[in-house]
Amino acid sequence: MGELLRVDDLRTYFYTEAGVVKAVDGVSFVANEGEPLGLVGESGSGKTVTVLAAMGIVSRPGKIVSGKIFFKGEELDHKSEKEMRKIRGKKIGYVSQDPNSSLDPLFTVGNQLVEVIRTHFEDTKDQAWDKGVKLLKLVGIPEADTRMRSYPHELSGGMKQRVAIARALAGEPELLVADEPTTNLDVTIQAQVLDLLKTLGKQLNMSLILITHDMGLIAEMTKRVVVLYAGKVAEEASTLEVFQTPKHPYTAALLASVPRLDRKEVLVPIGGGIPNLITPPSGCRFHPRCAYAKQICIDQIPPLEESGQRRLVACHRWKEIDLRRKA
Amino acid sequence: MPEALVEVQDLVKYFPVYQRGVLLKKKVGDVHAIDNVSFKVGRGETLGLVGESGCGKTTTGKVMLDLETGDSGKVLFEGKEVHESLKKAPRSEKLALRRSMQMVFQNPYGSLDPRMTVFDIISEPFVIHKHIPHVEWKDRVYSLLKLVGLEEYHAERYPHEFSGGQRQRISIARALATEPKFIVADEPVSSLDVSIRAQILNLLEDLQKKTGISFLYISHDLSSVRQVSQFVAVMYLGKIFEYAPVNQVFDKPLNPYTMALLSAVPIPDPVRQTKRIILPGDVPSPVNPPSGCRFHPRCPYAAEVCKTDEPPLRELGSGHLVACHFAEKFA
Ligand SMILES: Nc1ncnc2c1ncn2[C@@H]1O[C@H](COP(=O)(O)OP(=O)(O)OP(=O)(O)O)[C@@H](O)[C@H]1O
Ligand code: SF4
Ligand SMILES: [Mg+2]
Repeated sequence: MGELLRVDDLRTYFYTEAGVVKAVDGVSFVANEGEPLGLVGESGSGKTVTVLAAMGIVSRPGKIVSGKIFFKGEELDHKSEKEMRKIRGKKIGYVSQDPNSSLDPLFTVGNQLVEVIRTHFEDTKDQAWDKGVKLLKLVGIPEADTRMRSYPHELSGGMKQRVAIARALAGEPELLVADEPTTNLDVTIQAQVLDLLKTLGKQLNMSLILITHDMGLIAEMTKRVVVLYAGKVAEEASTLEVFQTPKHPYTAALLASVPRLDRKEVLVPIGGGIPNLITPPSGCRFHPRCAYAKQICIDQIPPLEESGQRRLVACHRWKEIDLRRKA
Repeated sequence: MPEALVEVQDLVKYFPVYQRGVLLKKKVGDVHAIDNVSFKVGRGETLGLVGESGCGKTTTGKVMLDLETGDSGKVLFEGKEVHESLKKAPRSEKLALRRSMQMVFQNPYGSLDPRMTVFDIISEPFVIHKHIPHVEWKDRVYSLLKLVGLEEYHAERYPHEFSGGQRQRISIARALATEPKFIVADEPVSSLDVSIRAQILNLLEDLQKKTGISFLYISHDLSSVRQVSQFVAVMYLGKIFEYAPVNQVFDKPLNPYTMALLSAVPIPDPVRQTKRIILPGDVPSPVNPPSGCRFHPRCPYAAEVCKTDEPPLRELGSGHLVACHFAEKFA
């Protein structure tokens, strides 16, 4: 199992008029080949900024303040913008949270695909067009030839998301980063897209990073999870461990607060709200909402430490508290 | 099921669709938002109304409160026809009826006036309805704040000073200010952060226990529907496909669309493998819904009869209503 993407102590801040938003503040993780990785967290926890920064596409007022990114062991830091663009499409494909923003409304699906294909390969226009048709077929779009001539607004939400996936696949990437790929879709269409992502992974031998706030998707689609809270890693472990023996109070609280389809349970809400990242809480950023917080949590930032084999947790009290869920 | 508080009978609501021509706009069709829908909401109960976007959930809620007018059919509140009463009844009766039924919207950001304090927002219905003497306003606002889990000092603040979950609490407090018997809650948690949703879901359940209020809980999120509802209605392209007590719908669905919908929801448990039914194609346009059973182009069980004959909503087993020609097969 080779290492694909390594993110090392990444910090990305936004210099806004209101102050410095510490959106990503020391995030590290590794995505391995063939081991689908989930980045889970609530809105504003820094999921999107983390992966955008990893691909070198943070725009002003955002700035990567520190950190190192490696792809297959090679550091990406010193690459020029042009080299980064190649890496982005050819090594890492990105499907954004909002298919409306990743597709240009003024160009047909075909034109957009041809353009992306030709930035990565020395194809003629005709060759690229044929590849485009194949890509649309690959992502399950019926009447691919006709659809090449459609404009994005002529497509349904599910179709747009398929086109966005086709576009991300155009450079034949080794890693696909899918940012909330189903959040804006209807349930039955969401099922289609999830199925597509699974099949594509197998068919193209492509690894996956899935960004979501939905623990259900994490359970279904991933083998490893990084739980983010307010711009920091709370916990990293195998998906099984995260669900069965969460070690961070936030992970456990999140699991206890979401309703389940298969049975009705007493929901235990997490009090308070998501912190403001201009003046984040001192010490552990979760302390104002944590049922286990003590003085040390207010005073000191908990380090991300090893809590088992390939397990990391950032909590002062992980050894003393028992968060195991009732089965 | 206990006595019905609100009853919807054969409700129909179409919205015309126009195409702009050179000079005139031309009507090209109708969105079949609600197409002959009937159901009941029991006293002190929550009916969950689920379905995918555009299937007519919000329109149904709005027609029930007479915020939209249906083309035909009736809405009865405590046996009285709502639309008629609001047109013809004496003013005091009209206001009383308006007070009995309230709505909470999806977006707690858009639905609160940013220039008003929380006190003004919650007491606005008192101004309109004059059902509470002025001297009692303060106490009422405070007790409403307490009921929804906020503090007295919040009354003097403005909406922007609150988080999404707190704003939704304010909207709920405002809806409760008229002492309603029935609230339509339209996707009340979908714009909230995951960790906040449980706060509001629990609040809805608590309020029901304390005040005996009834809810129509509209949502596309089936897990939250299971959490708060006693009965569930599944809607597809303007039609009710299934209606039954919550556990029957979730544990033993009798309609193939309900089955697919349920199987599509990822369950937060990595050990459980769900057998997923993947439906082909997109949700068809409600402008020209398919003939016969509207679900037939996507249904794994569709037969000839489904293309031509619309299945009626019929009872199969006590209190379990289903619209499918082959429902017996799944029982
Ligand atoms: N252009 C920007 N200017 C200022 N702040 C920003 C900008 N982009 C992101 N942020 C801030 O960075 C933080 C992290 O944002 P990010 O989009 O990564 O969150 P996320 O976890 O992807 O959330 P969501 O689930 O809503 O997509 C948030 O506090 C956000 O407000
Ligand atoms: S460090 Fe303290 S506040 Fe943070 S999660 Fe652990 S116990 Fe809670
Ligand atoms: Mg995001």
